[in-house]
Amino acid sequence: MSVNFDKFISPVVKNMPPSGIRRFFDLVANTKGVISLGVGEPDFVTPWHIREACVYSLEKGYTMYTSNYGLPELRKEISTYLLKRYEVEYNPDNEIVVTIGASEAVDIALRALLTPGDEVLIPEPCFVSYSPCTLLAGGTPVTIKTNASNGFKLTPQQLEANITDKSKILILCYPNNPTGATMSKEDLQAIARVVEKHDLIVISDEIYSELTYQGKHTSFASLPGMRERTILINGFSKGFAMTGWRIGYVCAHKHFIDAIVKIHQYTIMCASIMAQKAAIEALQNGRAQVSHMVNQYNYRRRLIVSRLNEIGLSCFEPKGAFYVFPSVQITGMSSDEFAEKLLDEEKVAVVPGNAFGESGEGHIRISYASSLQQINEALNRIDNFVKRYAHLSAVNSN
Amino acid sequence: MRKAILKILEDNCRLSAPDIAKMLGIDKDTVANEIKVLEKERVILSYGALINWEKTDEEVVSALIDVKVTPQRDVGFDQVAERIQRYPEVKALYLMSGSYDLSVLVEGKNLKAVSKFVAEKLASMDNVQSTTTHFVLKRYKQDGIVFEDQHEDLRQVITP
Ligand SMILES: Cc1ncc(COP(=O)(O)O)c(C=O)c1O
Repeated sequence: MSVNFDKFISPVVKNMPPSGIRRFFDLVANTKGVISLGVGEPDFVTPWHIREACVYSLEKGYTMYTSNYGLPELRKEISTYLLKRYEVEYNPDNEIVVTIGASEAVDIALRALLTPGDEVLIPEPCFVSYSPCTLLAGGTPVTIKTNASNGFKLTPQQLEANITDKSKILILCYPNNPTGATMSKEDLQAIARVVEKHDLIVISDEIYSELTYQGKHTSFASLPGMRERTILINGFSKGFAMTGWRIGYVCAHKHFIDAIVKIHQYTIMCASIMAQKAAIEALQNGRAQVSHMVNQYNYRRRLIVSRLNEIGLSCFEPKGAFYVFPSVQITGMSSDEFAEKLLDEEKVAVVPGNAFGESGEGHIRISYASSLQQINEALNRIDNFVKRYAHLSAVNSN
Repeated sequence: MRKAILKILEDNCRLSAPDIAKMLGIDKDTVANEIKVLEKERVILSYGALINWEKTDEEVVSALIDVKVTPQRDVGFDQVAERIQRYPEVKALYLMSGSYDLSVLVEGKNLKAVSKFVAEKLASMDNVQSTTTHFVLKRYKQDGIVFEDQHEDLRQVITP
């Protein structure tokens, strides 16, 4: 008897739409000579001193499991780092778990809290994993559309409008992927009041916190009364250019961490010790290299925003992460159409904005984690492309 | 702003003033003027390229030469240094602390040309006590650039 595979696959998984990025990835991978501004990870290789620390730890024979929570020394460093940089305090003994990147942290935080029927509020456009992880944990994603007109920030009104008596968790991600939006302390305080009023828990994915170009990053957990209501997620992928190491962490009140670490201990056991050793080095001695990278991103950010606006792809100034999220309205095209034509005709890859949620439609995500030369060349090509089509669209609308 | 402009140009001197202006979020005329001033004040001395001559059919031999000098009353090492630096074969010249005084980077077409220069011009100069010549066998890194560095982008073409 042949196997009816579909019968065996969980309906939750079967009904999960494939990632919008995946489809586009295949298109790009099959095109030659492409400049890709579609990459969501640093173009910098992990700083040498961090790689070296890992090599050294291997030579010393560090090849074993660690505590479920992660190496005590690393948790201490994370605790010190969070206190110094973001004024949030977590006990390294029982309020921090080292994870396989922020990705795992998102998953286990949701699974530890959700029961079927619970609603999770997800401002969009956003990172691609929040809704699928919510579904896998039995929750119901409730997306909230944010707008370009106010820089893709979540407003307290938008939040209020989507709250029901089933609402349990709000996921925040600022600085944001894909928009580059940040939220100031005041912006977040307004959200905190709504969170308090409706007794919500916030999962705050602050993976881009180091990449903040104007003002200081405010951790949601640092707001008065919010530490107990926040599950803070951060990691090393973006700020320290360590994506491939798969290392991050989740911090929360002891009661939440007790629950979260249960899932982690059975499914993951612990993050790899090599990555943990490298992460210790990153926190102890990485400051200069991080500043250098942030500086370079900032140069590119300003260049790209200014040129995109000259080209006519209007975009607000993103204050964090390494993305710009311009509107392609001037060309009269949809996100998909723009990205596919641009790839086909000019060999430049960007990600269609709708891959990050419906409200990303009409936009594209451009990553500036790429060299200045590449960015300049790509912008020249985008300029040609827009010149070709903006003209047509103007004629059509007249 | 000055420092930022200098750092950017030190990394990549082919960037235009308008591009630098955008990168710093300031006016392009301001940047253009500042660069002019920096050139005039000789803070910016030249705009060069770093070349790996080994990849061409041009042969270049270089040597670092430690030079011991008898310092002279009032002028110290400066007078000798001034005479040495005039030779076009001398690409760099530094006054050093430690067991010798001047470090001279000499470039020539071949071993013989460099040796000849050292013997005939440097060693025989007044107040030069001794020279020790170290030929450069291979350049791994210069001005912060690794010669044989991995330049391929190893990342996936699209990631979330
Ligand atoms: C918003 C956001 N959260 C989490 C992640 C995943 O990070 P990590 O590599 O730490 O799993 C990414 C990576 O693209 C991201 O953009």
